[in-house]
Amino acid sequence: MYNTKFKEGHIELKHVLYMTGKTLSAIGIVEIVAAITSLLYREWNMLFNLMIGIGLFFIISFIFIFIGRDTKEERFSWGAGMSMVALTWALGALISAVPPYLSGHFASYLDAFFEVMSGYTTTGLVLIQDLDHAPMGLNMWRHLICYIGGQGMVLMTLSFLSSGMRGLLKAYMGEARDEQIFPNVMHTARIIWSVSILYLVLGTFVLTINGVLIGLPLDMAFFRGLWMFLGGWDTAGFAPQSQNAMYFHSLSYEIVCMTLMILGTINFALHYFILTGNYKEGIRNAEIKSLFTTVTILSFLGAVALRGIYPNGLASFRKTFYHFLSAHTGTGFATIYPQQFLYEWNDTAIILITIAMLAGGSVCSTAGGIKALRIAILANALVNDIKKMIKPDSAVVVEKFHHLKEITLHDKLVRNASIIILLYIVTFSFGTLAGTFLGYPLKAAMFESASALGNVGLSIGITQPSMPDALKIIYIFMMWVGRLEFMSVIALFAFLFKEAKEG
Amino acid sequence: MMPRKILLLTILIFVNLICLFYYAFAKPVDSTTLLNNSFKYDGKTVEFQGEAIGEVMKRGKYAWVNIHDGQNAIGVFMKYEDAKKIKYLGRYRVKGDTILVKGTFFRSCKVHSGETDIHALDVQILERGYKLQEKIDMKKALFAIMLFSAGSILIWFVFKNKW
Repeated sequence: MYNTKFKEGHIELKHVLYMTGKTLSAIGIVEIVAAITSLLYREWNMLFNLMIGIGLFFIISFIFIFIGRDTKEERFSWGAGMSMVALTWALGALISAVPPYLSGHFASYLDAFFEVMSGYTTTGLVLIQDLDHAPMGLNMWRHLICYIGGQGMVLMTLSFLSSGMRGLLKAYMGEARDEQIFPNVMHTARIIWSVSILYLVLGTFVLTINGVLIGLPLDMAFFRGLWMFLGGWDTAGFAPQSQNAMYFHSLSYEIVCMTLMILGTINFALHYFILTGNYKEGIRNAEIKSLFTTVTILSFLGAVALRGIYPNGLASFRKTFYHFLSAHTGTGFATIYPQQFLYEWNDTAIILITIAMLAGGSVCSTAGGIKALRIAILANALVNDIKKMIKPDSAVVVEKFHHLKEITLHDKLVRNASIIILLYIVTFSFGTLAGTFLGYPLKAAMFESASALGNVGLSIGITQPSMPDALKIIYIFMMWVGRLEFMSVIALFAFLFKEAKEG
Repeated sequence: MMPRKILLLTILIFVNLICLFYYAFAKPVDSTTLLNNSFKYDGKTVEFQGEAIGEVMKRGKYAWVNIHDGQNAIGVFMKYEDAKKIKYLGRYRVKGDTILVKGTFFRSCKVHSGETDIHALDVQILERGYKLQEKIDMKKALFAIMLFSAGSILIWFVFKNKW
């Protein structure tokens, strides 16, 4: 642990504010892209809405940076680093919601905040109204939010604005990034961005070509391609039209989106390994094996549960496998309407897809949920315990698994994974209970609770502007803690309590 | 033979009257009813009315047009000849043409590998869409320019001082 001199004058709080200010200013800079889009399409009112948002970001950033300007050379403690992340995500979402709210496409500021938090946490649950008539600038902002959130707000700042700062590892870890590709955290952050930008160019190009081939005009093929890429790669599930992925009526478009969902849910470190020629890692990696196993089993069981619902194998692939993949990767792209989950899918299929939503993708990816690596760790721990039971008392059983390197299965690893899984289950139960308490059927409440907590975005019909405000607030909280994997949020409350106690 | 002809004529008139009443009083079904009762309406001929949105996506001699009835948008598969009748498609600042489609609803269409869609038999333009003029809110514009300028200066100050 670093030796810090944080007791006097709330230096640590000032440093948290300083780093928060830096990150908020970076988000403001990204928002300029949306403003330029509005300018290009002469959407004047939306342009002014976005300018208000950018101005707010810059002014609030300035205040925070000014307060903490002398703490630039300080190092974070773990608690402060994680608190800074949780604070940045909450404030970032609050300010980002201003332009969408001013656009008139939301019934209330709470709805706009819900949508923005859904975007940042790459959930994809939406409360926007009349999306089909939304300005281009608003759609651009909604999807950029997904990109920032998917990569990580703080990670973005680390990559571009934090040269020379210290103690950034804690902030990096606070965004639910469990591992580094390189010992230097800024180097890791830049690699993550390089991988993302490579896929951004490739993915948008493929979707644009596909869009033209299915009958879209070139400009809209490009924008819809870009937005669908951002929604798919960031496993957010936002789409520019109210029909989500159904808008395109194209199997090829859906297959490209499925590919993006899979790519988005894979660990950034693994992407880097494969892109640099280490293909074997893709086969040996325990996390990939775990992901492949659970996706296959759940999709197969889902297809069995829904036999007879769809007329042929291809229809079943587009409606069953697509949604199990969308759920498991935490994306939330949909090719059926929310009502169809409720009225066409049976209870077994709903339970299976709820499990898929909670299971989630890889650690150090844009996906949410419990994560495949933790499931692999628990599965290995179970196997290890069974081996211990079978073998003689004198035998020493050492279980290892391969994830980027050979890892020995220590109790600490198992304990950490178990705590996170336990917190997910408790929060999921709380969300389900809240849904049923507010009058929704059990299976619908389970589905939506898993979707919010697992940062998925599929909806069974609960999430709409008319839902109770209390449930909106609960889902916002669930999306937030689900994306940051609890610890940062717990650290923020503990940190604020400590600061208040010290006066 | 005469009574037989009269009987046939009476039946014909009766059938025509039923059809007339059916078309005069039949209301287009809304998307929520269709989707909430998708098994019931599957394969049935329905009338669906709403605003054409987005883009016409041409596929050979046919095209996909998404029609939004205020609750949900449903994809309608129609002849490209019919799609060409649509002049305005709903998007920002454009109110799309209001379309009445008579066609077959499919909960999970075999032809289109599982799509929930309507295959149009007849397409009518009920109301032509239009372009909307954007009214600029001058107070908001002034406030936005001031806030943006102030924020930009302050952030420039941060960069200049390397804070």
